[in-house]
Amino acid sequence: MTHATLRRFALPDVGEGLTEAELLQWLVAVGDTVTVNQPLCEVETAKAAVELPSPYAGVVVELLVEAGATVDVGTPIITVDTGGGTAAEPPEAPQPGGLIGETTANGRTAVLVGYGPRSTEARRRPRRTAVPEAAGPPLLATAPDARSKPVRHGGLEVGRQAEAAAIREDAASSAAVAPGRRGPRPLAKPPVRKYAKDLGVDLAQLTGTGPGGVITRADVDAARTAPAPRADMAISAPRGEERIPVKGVRKHTAAAMVASAFTAPHVTEFLTVDVTRMMKLRRRLAERPELAGVRISPLLLVAKAVLLAAARHLLVNSSWDEAAQEIVVHGQVNLGIAAATPRGLVVPNVKDAGRLSLAELAGALAELTDTARAGRTAPADLTGGTLTITNVGVFGVDTGTPILNPGEAAILAFGAIAERPWVHKGEVRPRQVTTLALSFDHRIVDGELGSRFLADVGALLADPGTALAF
Amino acid sequence: MTAVRNEIEAETDRAGDDPGPLPGAGAPHLPQQPDLVQLLTPEGERLEHPEYPLEVSDAELRGFYRDMVLVRRWDAEATALQRQGELGIWASLLGQEAAQLGAGRALQDGDMAFPTYREHGVAWARGVDPLHVMSLFRGVDNGGWHPRERGFALYTIVIGAQCLHATGYAMGVQRDGAESAVLAFLGDGATSQGEVNEAMVFAASFAAPVVFFCQNNQYAISVPLERQSKVPLYRRAAGFGFPGVRVDGNDVLAVLAVTRAALRAAREGQGPTFIEAFTYRMGAHTTSDDPTRYRLAHEVEEWKLRDPIARLKAYLSRSGLADAAFFDGVEAEADELAGRIRRGTVEMPDPPPTAMFDGVHAEMTPPLAAQRAAFEAYQASFEGGAA
Repeated sequence: MTHATLRRFALPDVGEGLTEAELLQWLVAVGDTVTVNQPLCEVETAKAAVELPSPYAGVVVELLVEAGATVDVGTPIITVDTGGGTAAEPPEAPQPGGLIGETTANGRTAVLVGYGPRSTEARRRPRRTAVPEAAGPPLLATAPDARSKPVRHGGLEVGRQAEAAAIREDAASSAAVAPGRRGPRPLAKPPVRKYAKDLGVDLAQLTGTGPGGVITRADVDAARTAPAPRADMAISAPRGEERIPVKGVRKHTAAAMVASAFTAPHVTEFLTVDVTRMMKLRRRLAERPELAGVRISPLLLVAKAVLLAAARHLLVNSSWDEAAQEIVVHGQVNLGIAAATPRGLVVPNVKDAGRLSLAELAGALAELTDTARAGRTAPADLTGGTLTITNVGVFGVDTGTPILNPGEAAILAFGAIAERPWVHKGEVRPRQVTTLALSFDHRIVDGELGSRFLADVGALLADPGTALAF
Repeated sequence: MTAVRNEIEAETDRAGDDPGPLPGAGAPHLPQQPDLVQLLTPEGERLEHPEYPLEVSDAELRGFYRDMVLVRRWDAEATALQRQGELGIWASLLGQEAAQLGAGRALQDGDMAFPTYREHGVAWARGVDPLHVMSLFRGVDNGGWHPRERGFALYTIVIGAQCLHATGYAMGVQRDGAESAVLAFLGDGATSQGEVNEAMVFAASFAAPVVFFCQNNQYAISVPLERQSKVPLYRRAAGFGFPGVRVDGNDVLAVLAVTRAALRAAREGQGPTFIEAFTYRMGAHTTSDDPTRYRLAHEVEEWKLRDPIARLKAYLSRSGLADAAFFDGVEAEADELAGRIRRGTVEMPDPPPTAMFDGVHAEMTPPLAAQRAAFEAYQASFEGGAA
């Protein structure tokens, strides 16, 4: 039997001073053999999405964090068996180097850039001449006020002594006072303090599980999710309310929607259209040899109709420039498609979509939505949109009143296509019908223009041959 | 060095001439650049330039290839080490190898170079051990080399500040009557800094023996050059009163020829020159940066076609100056270097605490000596003796 040498890789600070990252996806699985610098996973920080290369060569033993989780810097994320050891060893904290805030084997603490002081009290060599504790730190004239924050002067003894004194003071007071009460100021990082304050959690009531008794985010979470049970509540255990932190795409979407809804005066118009002919055309197009392999979706034809109609009504493809008090009529249509993704709503856009042939547009749409669903949309694809379609029909609903993508003048919601009784050539027939909803910014698009544009889109879908007249 | 002297006049003279096939013409989506000095096209074709004749031996050509491959491998390893938590940050030189090696190899022994924080290729050319650069980015020291021994100042993080140091140093060289030149490195973004402009005013006024070598990598972090300057950067030199040249920064031979000529002019007392090495930062500004937020992938793809290493490799193989065994040998050497850098970085020891007293002054002063002695005594007061 070969002996395993297990090594753990902890999440490093890949930017300058980042404290956490979201693990987007694993690029390796348990049992995989990895080489040094082989990408292990992709993480996204506040600054960038990057791949983390393996510091070790060996076999992946364990993935310690699931994809999608937000991980604090310094948390071990993977265990690799590097083999070749002489005896089975327990997993080590990352031996070489160290991560921000973490103490390495040689006692140094990694700070934002590089490595700071050895601050572990236990590792310090004792002074030859015993200095009585009561005498205070030798370099300080007076004992530091335990309430004052210890200052780290890049390894100067002043900071360490003050800190050590503060910790001693802390330990003494927590021993002296009643359980549940800690020292003058509970130890926690500023983001954790803020987090606790936002949630109404009193840090003084918590016991930190972090290094040196520091209260971590997880401690705050634990305190929040495990409230002290009350006798009158013990009878039934109703499902408690869940609080979902608003962040990432959801946060961005929320801000964008509020901004849009309260700056652009929205008007929404509806049009119900018999799209039976469009659906027939769709089947005929699919049979054409030059479109072999191209997915002719209803959304594609709606997109094409929107592009044709937008070319007739240029103002629909424009923006309101509040600062300049001007309307910016865009020279090209960057067609946005609202896509539901695991990470939330994103609206990637096809640049200069008006210039694309049907096959090119189909390709661009497919790529856009696939990329968005895989969560890999490049930021450039998310900016610069000028006109948007939201395909609410895929969820089986008839229509909606869409909110404008910020900065755009119009958005078209495309509802479900369903067979309905419809008067066709003087008789009630089952026909394929859908409802279009167009929201527009009334500062730019007035009722007449909006109506004409929507009617044009409707006409193109009801009778695609109308395109010849455009 | 009349070639460089005449650059400003030549610009107007050239207007009427038939320029022939223009440098940059072969590269897609790049405007033709009649003023671009190029000796090796992106396709690896050797050109001659009337003002910049270059004699270069086969061994030197192979040496440039080796230099660039090794430096690029070092850069890749450093980037990976940062992602593994072993470096605080890393500024990648990917794509700028030719600009840095061409300029670095143009320097002579007595010359002095003042780098920014990205000049790993110049450091290599000056014989600086890569681990001495790694120690800076690991936060162990401020750079482990001796500036005077290597003719290479410590990295300067403050944007553009090194230009003042370079001009001041050059004025000192001038007053010493020494036969050496000074090479100041800067980026395109630095040209907007006050210090850089002040340095150029002084350099021009005193005809200081300094060459300003600007690697225009197109972005000041995320700000594209067109937001920084309404004129091509090399033309700014005319306003200060010295010549400006634009050279293909991805062409190691052209960079060598142009920089050599400018340094020679400086040594001969003809004053400063501004060189704009037109290049591209293929990677992120630093490991803290995400370039996909401000530039399009197709732009990077276009510049890949102008890769500095690929064009020299094409030239070497096409003209039979190097064979597969040579290229394989360089690759193996690169891997070995990467391994040495990795081990050396991960196992890097701390400098002794007393090292902070070294190099503060040219000569140790009595007060500093006293402080050092007191500190040593204090260290010795711990059990186990002085560290």
